Amino acid sequence: MSAANSATRGASKPASTREKPANKAEAVADWADGRLGIYSLAKANLRKIFPDHWSFMLGEICLYTFIIIILTGVYLTLFFNPSMGEVVYHGSYAPLNGIRMSEAYASTMDISFDVRGGLLIRQIHHWAAIVFVAAMLVHMMRVFFTGAFRKPREVNWIFGFLLLFLGMFDGFMGYSLPDDLLSGTGVRFMEGAVLAVPLVGTYLQFFLFGGQFPGTEIIPRFFTIHILLIPGVMVGLLVAHLILVFYHKHTQWAGPGKTEKNVVGMPLMPVYMAKAGGFFFLVFGIISAMAAIATVNPIWAYGPYRPDQVSTDAQPDWYMGFSEGLIRIMPGWEIRAWGHTLNMGVFVPLMVFPLVLAVIAVYPFIESWVSGDKREHHILDRPRNAPVRTGLGAAWISLYLVLLIGGGNDLIATHLHLSINDITYFVRVAFFVLPVITFVITKRWCLGLQRRDREKVLHGRETGVIKRLPHGEFVEIHAQLPQDKLHKLTAHEQPLPMELPAEVDENGVAAKTGVLTKTRAKLSRGFYGEGSQIAKPTAEEHHEITSGHGHH
Amino acid sequence: MSEDKLPESHGSAGQHEVATHGDPFADPGLPAHEPRRTDIDERAAKRAERQVSLMFVVSMLATVGFIASYVAIDADKIVYIFPLGHVSALNFALGLTLGVALFCIGAGAVHWARTLMSDHELPAERHPIEADDEVRADVIEQFKTGAAESGFGRRKMIRNTLIGSMALVPLSGVVLLRDLGPLPEDKLQHTGWDLATPEHPLPLVNMNTNKPMKAEDIVVGSLTFAKPEGLEEDDEFFQQQIAKDALMLVRIAPENIKDKDSAELGFEGILAYSKICTHVGCPISLYEQQTHHALCPCHQSTFDLADGARVIFGPAGHPLPQLKITTNEEGFLVATGDFAEPVGPSFWERS
Ligand code: FES
Repeated sequence: MSAANSATRGASKPASTREKPANKAEAVADWADGRLGIYSLAKANLRKIFPDHWSFMLGEICLYTFIIIILTGVYLTLFFNPSMGEVVYHGSYAPLNGIRMSEAYASTMDISFDVRGGLLIRQIHHWAAIVFVAAMLVHMMRVFFTGAFRKPREVNWIFGFLLLFLGMFDGFMGYSLPDDLLSGTGVRFMEGAVLAVPLVGTYLQFFLFGGQFPGTEIIPRFFTIHILLIPGVMVGLLVAHLILVFYHKHTQWAGPGKTEKNVVGMPLMPVYMAKAGGFFFLVFGIISAMAAIATVNPIWAYGPYRPDQVSTDAQPDWYMGFSEGLIRIMPGWEIRAWGHTLNMGVFVPLMVFPLVLAVIAVYPFIESWVSGDKREHHILDRPRNAPVRTGLGAAWISLYLVLLIGGGNDLIATHLHLSINDITYFVRVAFFVLPVITFVITKRWCLGLQRRDREKVLHGRETGVIKRLPHGEFVEIHAQLPQDKLHKLTAHEQPLPMELPAEVDENGVAAKTGVLTKTRAKLSRGFYGEGSQIAKPTAEEHHEITSGHGHH
Repeated sequence: MSEDKLPESHGSAGQHEVATHGDPFADPGLPAHEPRRTDIDERAAKRAERQVSLMFVVSMLATVGFIASYVAIDADKIVYIFPLGHVSALNFALGLTLGVALFCIGAGAVHWARTLMSDHELPAERHPIEADDEVRADVIEQFKTGAAESGFGRRKMIRNTLIGSMALVPLSGVVLLRDLGPLPEDKLQHTGWDLATPEHPLPLVNMNTNKPMKAEDIVVGSLTFAKPEGLEEDDEFFQQQIAKDALMLVRIAPENIKDKDSAELGFEGILAYSKICTHVGCPISLYEQQTHHALCPCHQSTFDLADGARVIFGPAGHPLPQLKITTNEEGFLVATGDFAEPVGPSFWERS
């Protein structure tokens, strides 16, 4: 207000050509604009267009659960005591009365039983973390299967991958903090894994734990990493991720009026704001209800950690399940030589674990190298139109699931009355075989769908109406697809595989073709060659069939 | 890789850019906007408005319910709710009211957006992320000027030493981590049982009863857990000690023990093995009487206790270490020394 008034009153003020604000709100906005430049900022963004598709909500779920985790996490730090100092429990949970436990465990018990609402917040925190990782994984799959990671979005794919990786680790640490029997077992697993590192493993373990296992340092150290280091990095990555989403603008499906050069949808204000803002509350509400209804991580049932005790269903959270699967199916190879032991049984899974993840992280670069495509892409691929990519993604998921089965072999054995050894043998074989089978099946499935699309474009849609021709034959009437459908089904590109350069150049001199080029040509043939796509119908073909001489 | 060797695309490239006349696949352009019921029917719009407000009102009520539950329900009240079983009443009430309060705000906002806000789809232009050639040339020019003025390219010695020093300086950060923990030395090679000597044997104490054990207390086919005498739960380093000292005693009829050396280490068929799995260190707790197999619940390594705790299944890489035991003059089970090899997960220095 004062700014507005003084602008008209003050004689020494530079003349402002700006109109007088119409109301208080505009006056406040004017004031802020003078300091922060909000008008120019808002100009481009207030009515920014967001395309709509249900699968775009997956990323939103990630964002919202992350916010929920931070909110509840701050609350929990107010009550949690990250100390491994020992106390005797005298709280309201009678079964553990008089038991020795760490202060970390005791304060988690207090949060669960004595702080009103504490249990709820703990449960929301844990549930939100589970949903967070799950949503990131599914979101990533969405981006993968639609080719949304292609230029210019490769960097954002990497950011997203890092977020998933860090999210998983932070989940593991958070899960370890209460120092209950189950989480302590997980920490012991980590100790064994660190010890398996050749050469420096023992030192790493002593530095990490501040001495021998378990010592008194690991929980406070995990605490700092869990609440400060990793979330800090994640917030940075997340902001960068979102800035890039904003900057690149959303991808969209092919359709009438949608091109590589535009983005079609609803404006940020008001529709997207209301929908996205509302969706945050929906997610938060559902997670709160889940926390009320379904108990997750009931630490009181496990008891405090003791290195000589264990509960039978020793299981990590599901997203760590595949690392657990790796360690369970690996044969116990140990190499001993020159007074040293190399624990392959643990070290190999420890190395394969990041590898399984990293393969998917670098995928955008592999694909663009193979395709040689340097253009920007904003129109999404339907998964069927990229059969090899879809097959690879499915194979990766199958690998993940197989390892999850391996990680939960004891539960599967007891629930389905199977031999645990048989499940492990099965997983050992399936680890190598299943991804291949999945790849082949998925690719063929995609090709089948492509064939069906082609059929639809050329012969129209089945109407279910049977007509009898004069000479007695029965035929089903096919209806022509409307043009927007035709456009949608034929909008995709079909890259040709890369050709190897001629053996000899125009002067008859033998050209040298490097191994790399050859590999690339081979991969390119695998990706885009004959067996990997069904030629889409051309306008001529369509014309010929629909011009009346066709068979219906 | 030269550009001309890059793959091209099937079909005409401009297919969906130029809508040539008579092309059945051409982009027909944005479809016309179709009004919703609420756009044309004022009564429908009013109804939608009431629905949205109703949801916001429900949210308010739920928040009041949340506060009321917080005040009214005791933290230790347990109720039975089908099909959840016995649950904390406070947690249940708080969670559901909070859930409803939040959900209804969200549902109201989304319903508002879907029914009453304009649903005109609008196109916005994209601009290529890459800068145009002019900007590119300009930036590169400026950079070159800057680089030339610094002499970075010309003074190679400065450049190389700078790179070297920048590469080394992070090492200080690594070095600073040294005091996170003590050096391993030979700590992993010993357990609490190394206090025992043939002259001063160390009695085995039952983990549950806290009493020394006699051989006859242990029946054939049973599994008992033990710790060294003198290790008490409230000792400062109890957790660290028990992580290595925990012992598992089995008694197997001597004729069923396959490994002779292992039988020697035991006493009349009582064998004392480390309870800590040699895979990554979980305590082993599942024992099958008939087969004498012990199974680690963590990753299912299975050890044949009748055969020197050989690994017969699973990811563990070597047998469980065995402790030599005997009895003292009063007939109590004692150890006369430490395990011959380190217990727990293997590590590089383990020979
Ligand atoms: S710790 Fe025993 S099998 Fe892994």
